[in-house]
Amino acid sequence: MFDDVRDLYQDIILRHSRQPLHMRRLEEFDAKAIGDNPMCGDRCEVRLRLDPAGSIADIGFEARGCAISLASADLMAETTAGRTPAQVRALADIFFGLVRTGTTTSKDPAIEKLKPLSGVSEYPSRIKCATLPWAATLAALDGAMEASSE
Amino acid sequence: MNVIVPPPPALDVARIRQDFPILAQTVRGKPLVFLDSAASAQKPRAVIDAMATAMETQYANIHRGLHWMSERTTEAYESVRDQVAALLNAPSRNEIVFTRNTTESINLVAHSYGRGILAPGQAVLISEMEHHSNLVPWQMLRDADSIELRIAPITDAGELDMEAYAALLADGRVGLVAMTHMSNVLGSYTPAARIAALAHAAGARVLFDGSQAVVHRAVDVQAIDADFYVFTGHKLYGPTGVGVLWARHELLEAMPPFLGGGEMIASVTYEHSTWARVPHKFEAGTPAIVEVIGLGAAIAYVRSIGFDAIAAHEASLTDHALSRLAEIPGLAVIGGAQDRGGVISFTLQGAHPHDIATLLDRNGIAVRAGHHCAEPLMHRLGLEGTARASFALYTTHEEIDFLARNLERIREFFA
Repeated sequence: MFDDVRDLYQDIILRHSRQPLHMRRLEEFDAKAIGDNPMCGDRCEVRLRLDPAGSIADIGFEARGCAISLASADLMAETTAGRTPAQVRALADIFFGLVRTGTTTSKDPAIEKLKPLSGVSEYPSRIKCATLPWAATLAALDGAMEASSE
Repeated sequence: MNVIVPPPPALDVARIRQDFPILAQTVRGKPLVFLDSAASAQKPRAVIDAMATAMETQYANIHRGLHWMSERTTEAYESVRDQVAALLNAPSRNEIVFTRNTTESINLVAHSYGRGILAPGQAVLISEMEHHSNLVPWQMLRDADSIELRIAPITDAGELDMEAYAALLADGRVGLVAMTHMSNVLGSYTPAARIAALAHAAGARVLFDGSQAVVHRAVDVQAIDADFYVFTGHKLYGPTGVGVLWARHELLEAMPPFLGGGEMIASVTYEHSTWARVPHKFEAGTPAIVEVIGLGAAIAYVRSIGFDAIAAHEASLTDHALSRLAEIPGLAVIGGAQDRGGVISFTLQGAHPHDIATLLDRNGIAVRAGHHCAEPLMHRLGLEGTARASFALYTTHEEIDFLARNLERIREFFA
């Protein structure tokens, strides 16, 4: 009945939303921010720790929201760990392009993991669900406390 | 002698659906199943034609042109005031003010009655289940003008807690009760006549937000003894951009104007202006002429079907939906008021309302998901949001069955 919606709700998305590996609270952290989309009630707090070289040593999130936002948060944590802030910003830009247009020319190896979310490009009202965790992470890196993708 | 009560006239939904051109549309390749009429209803051909005809054959600005077109357009516009008065059983056509929508009607009352008549230290009393449109204007009044804002609680069944309501009136400081006549989230009707009687006994005036109620049942402002009644056109199968404020004549007379400008004045000098008579005092600027004419066509349309038939059809739809949804494990209908209409909010275990809405949309079903412009109510209920299906006179039992089948599949999908 929902075969044609598998473009959006791929098994990998459902798996990440049901059991997000990175949904955990970091008690020690160097930066945090809360992403909040009050219109839809989605919320995602990101906390991260940096190693001495300035790369993300650990990142976790606590969130409530739809399957898309939870899966996106989990994939965000998975693909940003180990990156420098500049690399995270670059990847976020690629990701924003991916979910808005459905495609990307980027050769970044993380893209293969993020591509299952490209289906949201067909659902304009849902793009902000996918981008909220990224907005929170960027805000944390920028020293801001709050972010929104609405 | 036996008294034979005739059954309510049956509503021929198949014929009615032919009156709504949009219902023939497909969405994502599927027939449109429109279950979001509480947000905004679809428009019958009669409304579309009335507006097109007005613009094609009979249009000019009103109340000012000394020419044939203006006079005819003024007549068409003003005749809708009579239609609205009849719809609400208002005592006088001069008590009908055209606004942009319910929100503007309430802002008008908050400004003109709240600032102009209420005194600092008095209170406005609303309920826990108000749409933001019947909350935020009163918050603004509270913050700017030292008017207290009181919130009457609801029961867990989603009904106004009448004891608590009476207690909040007890000190006699409430100057205005502003309450929904039917919740846009829970579908609950409020007991308007009792609310008004208690308010009046405590020296308060009472406003009803009829945005939802006026669509589904005959409203009689004299029978419920209201002081203000507001609604919007676009939920009543009319166009966007036109709403209504009804208020007792003496209140409108006493209230200062809301917006200033053309149309609402009697005479203007550089030193001083005087106001036009009620209701024109509250209709500044060129109004939504074509939309008012469209609203007139919408009122004529629903009255030709009749509220007895509409209410019976929608009660049957609501009963059917509640029993079908009750069969779905993990589905919870929010609120269980005794007196309720065809607006049903629900949650489904394991599925976020937005995912429900997106999956339903894939099969052509339009529902609303989120907080439904009632964030404080969501917090009261301990929810972030719900999915909401709402019914109209064109909704069919088969559409509800289709919704239920889809929700069953969604449950499996996220299981």
